[in-house]
Amino acid sequence: MSRRLLPLSVTILLFIGMAAFGALRYDGFLSLQVFLNLLIDNAFLCVAAVGMTFVILSGGIDLSVGAVMAFTTTLSAALLGIGWNPYATMAVVLALGAAFGAAQGFLIQRFRLAPFIVTLAGMFMARGCSYLISTESVPISDPTYVAIAQARIPVGFDASLTLGALVAIATVLAAMRLAHATAFGRAVYALGGDENSARLMGLAVGRTRIAVYLLSGFTAALAGIVMTFYMLSGYSLHAVGLELDAIAAVVIGGTLLAGGVGYVAGTLFGVLILGIIQTLIAFDGTLSSWWTKIVVGVLLLLFCLLQRLFESRSRRTA
Amino acid sequence: MRRLSRHALFWPLATLALLLVLNSCFNPAFLALSWRDGHLYGHLIDILKNAAPLMVVALGMTLVIAVRGLDISVGAVVAIAAAVATLLTGGSFNAGGEVASEHPLWLALGAALLVAAACGLWNGVLVVKAGMQPIVATLILMVAGRGIAQLLTGGQIITVYYPPFFAIGSGFLAGLPIALWIAAGLWGVLHLALSRSALGLFIRAIGGNPEAARVAGVRSAAITLCVYTFCGLAAGVAGLIVSSNVKSADANNAGQLFELDAILAVTLGGTALTGGRFTLAGTVVGALIIQTLTSTIYSLGVPPEVNLVVKAALVFAVMLLQSAEFRSLFTRRAAADPGAPR
Repeated sequence: MSRRLLPLSVTILLFIGMAAFGALRYDGFLSLQVFLNLLIDNAFLCVAAVGMTFVILSGGIDLSVGAVMAFTTTLSAALLGIGWNPYATMAVVLALGAAFGAAQGFLIQRFRLAPFIVTLAGMFMARGCSYLISTESVPISDPTYVAIAQARIPVGFDASLTLGALVAIATVLAAMRLAHATAFGRAVYALGGDENSARLMGLAVGRTRIAVYLLSGFTAALAGIVMTFYMLSGYSLHAVGLELDAIAAVVIGGTLLAGGVGYVAGTLFGVLILGIIQTLIAFDGTLSSWWTKIVVGVLLLLFCLLQRLFESRSRRTA
Repeated sequence: MRRLSRHALFWPLATLALLLVLNSCFNPAFLALSWRDGHLYGHLIDILKNAAPLMVVALGMTLVIAVRGLDISVGAVVAIAAAVATLLTGGSFNAGGEVASEHPLWLALGAALLVAAACGLWNGVLVVKAGMQPIVATLILMVAGRGIAQLLTGGQIITVYYPPFFAIGSGFLAGLPIALWIAAGLWGVLHLALSRSALGLFIRAIGGNPEAARVAGVRSAAITLCVYTFCGLAAGVAGLIVSSNVKSADANNAGQLFELDAILAVTLGGTALTGGRFTLAGTVVGALIIQTLTSTIYSLGVPPEVNLVVKAALVFAVMLLQSAEFRSLFTRRAAADPGAPR
């Protein structure tokens, strides 16, 4: 059990270490608001990464999430622009995201297609559809959306959270329950661990796989809504490459890319680590933003090597 | 006819022909070629020229996919190679109004290719030595690589003023674009290496069953390393063509989505994504299909935004056609009906 928790504990220790480094090095780093901002500025990434966690746990991958988010923002802006009810808009984009994910899951399951290629085509499709809606950035002026975007929930000590950050926290909590305390969660782990064994155990492999991609499409649309609040605009170039950040967060969070091993809580810390890298670079002020990419790449490398080490050791003891 | 339609290249070529016919219906001058300024001139030449970098990358990708791999870092490697080449070439106006290069051109090009090959080798080491999944191993360079390219260029778009550098991307040799000669040359070398030596057989063996190939004495580790290195090198060549064509290097956007187009070209050409079965000629046709499709969309006056949707539909169609499960939907029906022609 402790060995299973090893990658997760490394992730948490790394986060604490980076926070301590920032606190020692920069004035004003160690304030509650700085840490809440990690959540506020990365709420959409967090929501998308939670869906990605399930996909990766099941042994698959979903490259379409960034494009689905962009599609959600453009469609929301367009629907609100023609006077739709804001709640109806949210319901429609969530349903579309879930349906899109389920369709990808169906193709992958029914026709034994590679998830990588199917979701790649899905990414083209969703990004292309958002271009079709609008190639310009469309501002959103709907009063409900503006009110939600500007709402601040005080948490004491002069610090506050946005509704988007609350959505992210709620998503993480719901996902932890779904992954670790339901039959569906168990089936996802079993599917990622060994598909044939899962089938022989009588688990509904096909239904689980389609549900996993449906969930990822749903969280991508939810992340798109959170992003719409954050940006207050719909733009087909929002969230370009976000799927890579989400995958990076999941891997840094200690989930094995081969599937079957990992924790949703790890993904939360993965997102926070990606956020704190950016915050550290912003606090430093002399480093350029492209260092973020290099540091994320190095972290990815370290965690993948750690995973390999962990895998080979557990195989030897088995 | 039956045997013809079974040929591996039949469907890719038929798609390409269909696109060309469609184009010439809408634009009668589409197929016209003329001789201007000492070289061939026309839509077809443009397509060939613009498809060259994709062809080069896709050829490298074909081999990687053939050994059950995948390289999603090629776009980033294109950006790195472009950055290195343009930085070392640079160019400034000296007193006589002549443009001099920062370093000799051969040094700049050589360094760019060397760096690109090193990137490929790095991917190969992660896959072969560290045993990572290819997608993950190359994801690392895909994320970090663009950062490295931006670091090299300082986040700026580097412009080149040294005319000889432009020849690679926009020059002509014997009436045809030099970029096309490069792509054709690469294909020729690969074709000879794979069909005249046992290398092609080894690559098919590794892709078919890595464990069996290893047991049979194929040096899979060394060959896989070489294949990834070659893919990096090919991305470097494409980086040179791209940066020379636009006379600059943009670390952020050079080679953006190249990995996806390359994988698409390989798939369209009929190479199996599961490894073992590959066709270099198919990949070249696949790259031409993608470029022709792009040109078609522009020349039809359809908004270019549709391009992505069309590409997506194409990938879905090709994917389904390649899927045994999908085809069995129809063959089973045909088999169940004894009257149906088989």
